[in-house]
Amino acid sequence: MRTELPVLKAADFASDQDVRWCPGCGDYSILAQMKKTLPSLGMPREKIVFISGIGCSSRFPYYMNTYGIHSIHGRAPAFATGLKAVRPDLMVWVITGDGDGLSIGGNHLMHAIRRNLDINIVMFNNRIYGLTKGQYSPTSPIGKKTKTSPMGAIDNPLHPLSIAIGCEATFVARSVDTHIKHLGGVLQRAAEHRGTSFVEVYQNCNVFNDGAFDYVTDRQTKSDQTIELEHGAPLVFGKNRERGIRLNGLEPEIVELGDRYSESDLLVHDEAAVEPSLAYLLSRLRYEDGFPEPIGVLRAVDAPRYEEVLNTQVTAARDQRGEGDLTSLFNSGETWTVT
Amino acid sequence: MPVSIEPLPTSSKSTVVLDGATVRLAGDSGDGMQVVGGQFTATSALHGNDVATFPDFPAEIRAPRGTLAGVSGFQVQFASTDIFTPGDTLNALVAMNPAALVTNVSDLEKGGILIVNSESFEPKDLKLARLETNPLEDGSLDEYRLFKVRLDTLNREAVKDIEGLTSSLQDRCKNFFALGLIYWLFGRDLAATLRFVEAKFGTKPEIVAANEKALRAGWYYGETTEAFDHSYQVEPAQLEPGTYRNIMGNQALAWGLITAAKLSGKELFCGSYPITPASPVLEELSAFKHFNVRTVQAEDEIASMCSAIGAAFGGAMAVTSSSGPGIALKGEAMGLGMILELPMLIINIQRGGPSTGLPTKTEQSDLLQVMFGRNGESPLPIIAARSPGDCFEVAQEAWRVATRYMTPVILLSDGYIANGSEPWLIPSVDELPQIPVEHPVASADGEPFMPYQRNEWLARPWALPGTPGLMHRVGGLEKEDVTGNVSYDPENHQHMTNLRAERVARIADDIPVQEVQGPSKGKLLVLSWGGTYGACTTAVRRCQADGLSVSHAHLRYLNPFPRNLGELLEAYDEVLVPELNMGQLRLLVQARYVRKVVGLNKVKGKPFTVSEVADKIRQLLG
Repeated sequence: MRTELPVLKAADFASDQDVRWCPGCGDYSILAQMKKTLPSLGMPREKIVFISGIGCSSRFPYYMNTYGIHSIHGRAPAFATGLKAVRPDLMVWVITGDGDGLSIGGNHLMHAIRRNLDINIVMFNNRIYGLTKGQYSPTSPIGKKTKTSPMGAIDNPLHPLSIAIGCEATFVARSVDTHIKHLGGVLQRAAEHRGTSFVEVYQNCNVFNDGAFDYVTDRQTKSDQTIELEHGAPLVFGKNRERGIRLNGLEPEIVELGDRYSESDLLVHDEAAVEPSLAYLLSRLRYEDGFPEPIGVLRAVDAPRYEEVLNTQVTAARDQRGEGDLTSLFNSGETWTVT
Repeated sequence: MPVSIEPLPTSSKSTVVLDGATVRLAGDSGDGMQVVGGQFTATSALHGNDVATFPDFPAEIRAPRGTLAGVSGFQVQFASTDIFTPGDTLNALVAMNPAALVTNVSDLEKGGILIVNSESFEPKDLKLARLETNPLEDGSLDEYRLFKVRLDTLNREAVKDIEGLTSSLQDRCKNFFALGLIYWLFGRDLAATLRFVEAKFGTKPEIVAANEKALRAGWYYGETTEAFDHSYQVEPAQLEPGTYRNIMGNQALAWGLITAAKLSGKELFCGSYPITPASPVLEELSAFKHFNVRTVQAEDEIASMCSAIGAAFGGAMAVTSSSGPGIALKGEAMGLGMILELPMLIINIQRGGPSTGLPTKTEQSDLLQVMFGRNGESPLPIIAARSPGDCFEVAQEAWRVATRYMTPVILLSDGYIANGSEPWLIPSVDELPQIPVEHPVASADGEPFMPYQRNEWLARPWALPGTPGLMHRVGGLEKEDVTGNVSYDPENHQHMTNLRAERVARIADDIPVQEVQGPSKGKLLVLSWGGTYGACTTAVRRCQADGLSVSHAHLRYLNPFPRNLGELLEAYDEVLVPELNMGQLRLLVQARYVRKVVGLNKVKGKPFTVSEVADKIRQLLG
């Protein structure tokens, strides 16, 4: 007998709950792309679990017609760890934000990534605390004036991709809420990757931090200020693909393509490089330093998955010692009988 | 080289028969006192005695040698009668150095046996123990039967011919020499310890040989030295028929968890972070992968709690084990577990608090923490173990409650129970009650799934991811009754709060009524819980034997209380609650039953002695 999997559509993934994000929020677009992407993965809805922490982005699971946990602030990766350890058959998504994932939950993010469970972490980075109404976040730039930093933030910001690569994440990518097609493609790649996928999505908070990512979304400037990564291709950018990035020693530099430099002089992107240094270097290309910011997959390498290794150990233990038997356990070692 | 398990000759000296004895072995934290204490316990248990132990060691792994801070002790009471405590006063003390002597000798009875390593009383040793004069010479030990043993020399002499043994390794066997001497003194068989040595050091034949020689030499020293003119004999106890083994509290707890998982047809998941005195539970479970146990050593206490919730959502028997400081960190996630209404066990093996407190010492001061230590109205059932062996049963009972009522359950133990050991009647696995667990499937008529629809226990369905048609979202926001959708409705919040409280309160109808040892009414009831069981039981029995009107009720269930507790308290003129805290159960009982009760409270990092409790009983009845 052959059972046909029902063909699902984006609408099948919508729950019956009203979406309560502010009108114009970048989260809507991410939700739409997720619903659009999931049907193509061939995974039935009941096998998918969304786990979030606290924050605007963390309302996400309520809007998906899958299983879901809206957990507590910053801890979503830890819930995902426990779930995936006992249920490797499930597809687990962690939805987090810059405050949730990098501030209160920084520790859990780091450890989930280094364990390399087969989960997908999507971080909505809006560089602000939205749900608590506009305090600076761990990704807010220095000098950012908010309610809790009226004279400007003085904390050096964290950079999500650099953190993820520092933890040797096996899949690291970035996309933008309004780059609909690109975002869908990145989510799809993240889902298909076996191991922990970390995706940063630049997400506009139109209420508390509007325009934070204008430099990557503005039609006039985006091709000069972003660089779309392509595996095996040189790092070329600009409206007319007239510029590129080359390495000068260990330092990246922008060069004009033409008489002096050609594409063959440029850094060639290799997302599969086992050594994470180049991916880290890409994660450090920042707009405020005069560089275009990379969009796309920075790193995609294969490494053992935590839950698989755990299962291997369980199987090996059973093979070596036999299926655990309580009676023989209780009677192991020294015993005596009273008559 | 295999160990020879040849039996030793029977002692040619006369023996004196005792009902029981309490012995403490004390030395530096690196002297191996815990190892030989454990061996003495195991051997006494195999001998058929009832045994109870109290290991007492510093938080530092190797405190500076010879100092007062570094003293590590192991106390064991063994008897031919039923015993419940490791004993109040010592009949014999072994002190490996002056620091061990001065910190322990006050517990030794007058006329008690005091064995010291006389070669560790050099001026530098005395200075480390802050002694101005040598107690072996200044007459301060005159009231004890002092045996000065040249342990260093005798031990080195015994092992000198073993090849490949450095002098420091030679000296490391000293504890086995001392153990051999104690074995002679109490007529114990060497065989079990020889098997232990073989199993533990089997890959290092010179260590096996050295420990064996040291143990035998210690025994022969007792037999040949003129210092000892007789040895002692403690006959086997009349325990309930069956096969026994010695078991430690944390071990019994881990085994109880594995058993509960089997009885409920679940795979066991434990997410924990190492913390004294709970780490052995995680360690023990990590070694049971062949029982399908999956453990995660989480990055912190919060993550360990959250991983357990994740595993519970996935359908595993989820457990996290910790101690007070860790429970403090878990608090927010425990509240989430409560409102998600998922079954899991949260184990608190209490230690001395507050803050980091006294990590290796025992206390019962987390009762109010587990009762109230969460934001909002967040009731959770609390069940407490009373002894090492009891941990096995309590683990299963806690899981039964958790699954029937769909709630996290808090299981309380303490450092005294966790590290203590006692003979354990090995249960017949087939006779242990099954723990039925059900998971829903989608209804055939396509009715939408209601994740917060309740059954007769007020429990919601445990719907597992992977089940078609039951997709649902749970979270920490207040949810609407029945549907589980987010709700800010005021009436609904009140209703859900009431339901969650009622669900826990109803457990009282499903647990045994509280039993009492002694008259069902009278002058005084001793009401105790947790690890004070042994001291309270023994004290009450002793007072009853003296003709006093006193009864004893020991609580296993602390939330909710057994349904007859209020009525029971009314039947006595006075109620005494002995606790190793400043009155936490007393506060709960007084608040709940509006009944004045008397406390006996101590926080000295040590369990109650029997006489502390008995004296208080006599004072109240006097």
